[in-house]
This record gives sequence, structure tokens and C-alpha cells, in this order.
Amino acid sequence: MTDIIRLTAAQTAEKIASGELTAVEVTEAHLARIEAVDEKVHAFLHIDREGALAQARAVDAKRAAGEPLGPLAGVPLAMKDIFTTEGVPTTVGSKILEGWLPPYDSTVTKRLKAADVVILGKTNMDEFAMGSSTENSAYGPTGNPWDLTRIPGGSGGGSAAALASYQAPLALGTDTGGSIRQPAAVTGTVGVKPTYGGVSRYGMVAFSSSLDQGGPCARTVLDAALLHEAIGGHDPLDSTSIDAPVPPVVEAARSGDVRGMRIGVVKELGGDGYQAGVVQRFDESVEVLRELGAEVVEISCPSFVYALAAYYLIAPSECSSNLARFDAMRYGMRVGDDGTRSAEDVTALTREAGFGAEVKRRIILGTYALSSGYYDAYYGSAQKVRTLITRDFEKAFESVDVLVSPTTPTTAFPLGERVDDPLAMYLVDLCTIPVNLAGNAAMSLPCGLAPEDGLPVGLQIIAPALKDDRLYRVGAAVEAAFVKKWGHPLLEEAPQL
Amino acid sequence: MPGITREEVAHLGRLARLELSGDELDHFAGQLDDIIGAVARVTEVAGEDVPPTSHPLPLTNVMRPDTVRPSLTPQQALSGAPAQEQQRFKVPQILGED
Repeated sequence: MTDIIRLTAAQTAEKIASGELTAVEVTEAHLARIEAVDEKVHAFLHIDREGALAQARAVDAKRAAGEPLGPLAGVPLAMKDIFTTEGVPTTVGSKILEGWLPPYDSTVTKRLKAADVVILGKTNMDEFAMGSSTENSAYGPTGNPWDLTRIPGGSGGGSAAALASYQAPLALGTDTGGSIRQPAAVTGTVGVKPTYGGVSRYGMVAFSSSLDQGGPCARTVLDAALLHEAIGGHDPLDSTSIDAPVPPVVEAARSGDVRGMRIGVVKELGGDGYQAGVVQRFDESVEVLRELGAEVVEISCPSFVYALAAYYLIAPSECSSNLARFDAMRYGMRVGDDGTRSAEDVTALTREAGFGAEVKRRIILGTYALSSGYYDAYYGSAQKVRTLITRDFEKAFESVDVLVSPTTPTTAFPLGERVDDPLAMYLVDLCTIPVNLAGNAAMSLPCGLAPEDGLPVGLQIIAPALKDDRLYRVGAAVEAAFVKKWGHPLLEEAPQL
Repeated sequence: MPGITREEVAHLGRLARLELSGDELDHFAGQLDDIIGAVARVTEVAGEDVPPTSHPLPLTNVMRPDTVRPSLTPQQALSGAPAQEQQRFKVPQILGED
């Protein structure tokens, strides 16, 4: 008998299209898996059992009627709880939106429904996507399926953990500073941050609007490409959406040929402060790329060392402004409205009760960076650093097709280790942040286990804006080479739950 | 580097419409001081001649045709309101007593 939950998304769709499996069977298998393991993992905040089964029945009816099915029809997906879903709770991991039922679907949600993807439920995340461990969720942390006492990454730890524990073959994330790529790295899964503007932000709860980007999470490079194609493309409802065709990501993932490509190793992202096993696996990946026929050179991006500092001024500044909409007036929590207090006091009390510590820290930090007297020194300088980082990328891509680096400096650390040490937590995103600041595209995919702790290591591939297809071309080549070398996908080495 | 005091955090909280408890003021003051100390290095790097980047895309105004299109019904728009009255959001008093 087929082990339904271990199929890839591409295989699942094929089997549904051929009639070997029904969409309802596939959905039920995943709901049963969630039932069996999610008490331990806590990847989901909400399961939409009825909605998922209704969607699956509709796919089976379509097939029975002889209607054409899309490339992901009937495939289950775990959605980060940051995308609005009409009538289905959307909390963004925050108490302030507990119980809120959005009156509309995000563009991504709409496109997935139109593609007949089955949305199983909403996944756990750091509150408002602020964090790197999912410990900032108001609803409790998620465990890493490789070791439940360790972090699954963040902010999209729920989505990554759902994939790694076979609760869904596809998931959605958002990446503001690494929130798709870092969870992918520490859970042994694949995550892509598309070019900024490549996937609509309409209905995606805003954290830092010039950095936020939704993207695909999966267990294989091809599955990520299929999801990327389903959700990408121009959306008139998002004024920052790029009016250009989706890059040919699926074709690239099917080709996986890197012969003749020029690949740059970023000098500044590695070395001191990086875990030995991470460096070892990264170096092996570079060797694999050489063996596959790519030309590898070292590239210096000197401004990258300032990226983290610039990010922790720009992102909190934008967050302090974006989160002003949570004012207790139109939706969400309201506290202290006893008939005597002013609207302003009710807003302040609601935000005190509804936001967690990290969100408060960032609102205060952003308010500080934007305040009169500090604006030029902090926010203004950070914006200039952003220009320098963009120039570093432009210069690098004059001589190479893609850049590579480790995705994270270390493997998954224990839950609780950094939760009240913001600076230590921020360092987790050292390698992923430059890409958000410049707005180009990047992928993380598994490149082995660190020998010292047996935990997954991620390889980051970075492409120029609108050349997302290069990520998939290189990613597919590396993935195929590693699977051949290991004899199986990395996730098969994860412990049984 | 300017040190961030407890009073300054309280002031920032007021600007941000965010009530903070005494414990939070103490805790955040120390942490914010550390964070600002670490991110202040952005001031060292870029010269006068470097233009700022506020956004990755070179966008100006994006317009759509000014035509009527479907939108939320009043009922949908009010569906998450903490309080409502006569098809409107009901809010606490905004102006002081006359």
C-alpha cells in the first residue's frame, strides 16, 4: 500500500489525476497524521477539517466529471497563519487577533483555492512573524520534528515542522528576514523567498512592508516550484506586485543542470562564529556544485556585515507604523472599554494586553528609530546601508549567476535558549537578511546533517531579482546529487514521531 | 551612544499608544540599550554621497481605473468589530467632555 503522507506533492497530484488515489483519501490520510502527531509537534494553530474535506470532494467531483485538473489539484497544504482565510481563524500568532474571522481571502489563498489545493489549516508562527524560533507565538512554541526539544526555526516554524513531520507535503511561509529559509534549513526542508513583488502581499498581515514576501515551502525543489507557480504573478490588489510573468521555475526545477554556470561563494557569510558542522556541509555542497560542472569562485560583499544592523532598524520602523492599525476599533481585541476611558487609553491598554514581548520591543525600537533627532542617524543610515548592500549584489551578479552560503550559522538550538536574549536571537538571520534588504530571490535546501549534533544544515542559493528560476535549476541539481549520495532524501533520517 | 532610560521607554510607549508595566519598562530599557548599541554601527559606513533606499522596487504611483468594483458589504466589514451600532463601528469617546 502507498504511504500517502510520504509522497511528494507532484506524485500526489499525479496519482489523483490518474485515479490511483482520491483527493478525499489523501486529505483523510493527512488529517489522520495530524491527529496522531501534532499534539507533540504543535505545527498547527487551527485545523479546517470540514473545509479541507469539502475542497477534496470538489476535486474528486471535477475529475469524475472529466474536467481538467491543475498540477496541484487535491494536494494538501499547511498555511502560515498570516494569510487571511475567509471565515477561518487568522491570528498571526497573536492574542490581539484571537477569534478573528477574516471577511476575505488573501490573494494567495484565492489562487490556491482556484488551483484546487486542499488547505488543511493554519500553522504556528512567531507573533506577527517577528522571531526566529516560533517561541514568540502567543499560543506556545512548535517543536522541531528532528528533536522536539529544539526550535523549528521562525517565524514560519509551524509550516516547516508540518512538512518535516509529514503532516502536509506543501506549506506556505512569509520571509521578511529569513522566516521561510531559516525554518527550512533547521528542519531539513526546502523554502524559497521569491523576488520581492513576485507573490502578492494582499491579505498577508503586514510586518515590514518593504521586506515581507510570501513564498513556497516543500520537501522537494520541484514541489516548491509547483507551489511558487501557483501563487506567483501580478496582482492588481497589491501595488508592489511586479507586473511580469512568473519566472519559469517549474521548467528549471525539472532541468537541474548547472553545467557552465558561475557560482559565487559569499566570503562574508561563513568562517568565524559558524558551527563547524555547518561549514563542513556547506563546503561539501560547493564541491558537489563543482563536480556537477559549475565554475565556483569566491565573491566579496563587504557591506553584508552591516545588513543585520540595518535590518533591525528598518524592520522595527516599518513594524511600528504597520501595527498602528491594531487600535481596538474595527476588529480584534478590545480591552478596558468601561465607558469612562478614552479611545486612546483603550487602544494603549488593548495593545498592552494583546501584544507579546518581542512585538512590544520592536514597536518601541521602531518608534525610537523614527523619532525626531534620531531619524537621520538611525533610519536614514540604515536606508543608505540598504543601497550599499544592493550595490554589492549588483556587482556580484555581473560576474556570477548565483551566490551560495550557509542558510544559518548553526543548526537548531534548544527551545528557551535565546528567548529573552534578543541580540542572540537576531544573529540567527545573519545570512538571510541581505536578500530581503535588496529584494532579490533565495532558496534554502538541505545539504546534510551536522556531524556533531545530527541536525539538518541548509544551503542557501541567492539569485538576482526576477531570476528565481536559477534557484530551482541549481537547487534541483544539488538535491539530485545529494539524494544519490545519501541513497534517500534527508528527511528519511528524521526520528519517528 | 545615548543610553535609553526607563523614562524614555515610557515616553516611546506613549507615542506608540502602548501601555507598559513597570517590569516591562525596566526590562526593555536594558535590552533596547543593548540593541541600539549593536545597530548603531550603521552610522559608520555610508557617506554623504550614498542615496537612501526605502524600497526594493523603483515604484512611483500605481493607479487603477476609477471604476466601481465589488467590495465588502457593511455587514462583512463590521463582522470583526468589538462593538457596533447603527451599521457603524462603535468606539470609546474620542474627544474630552464638553
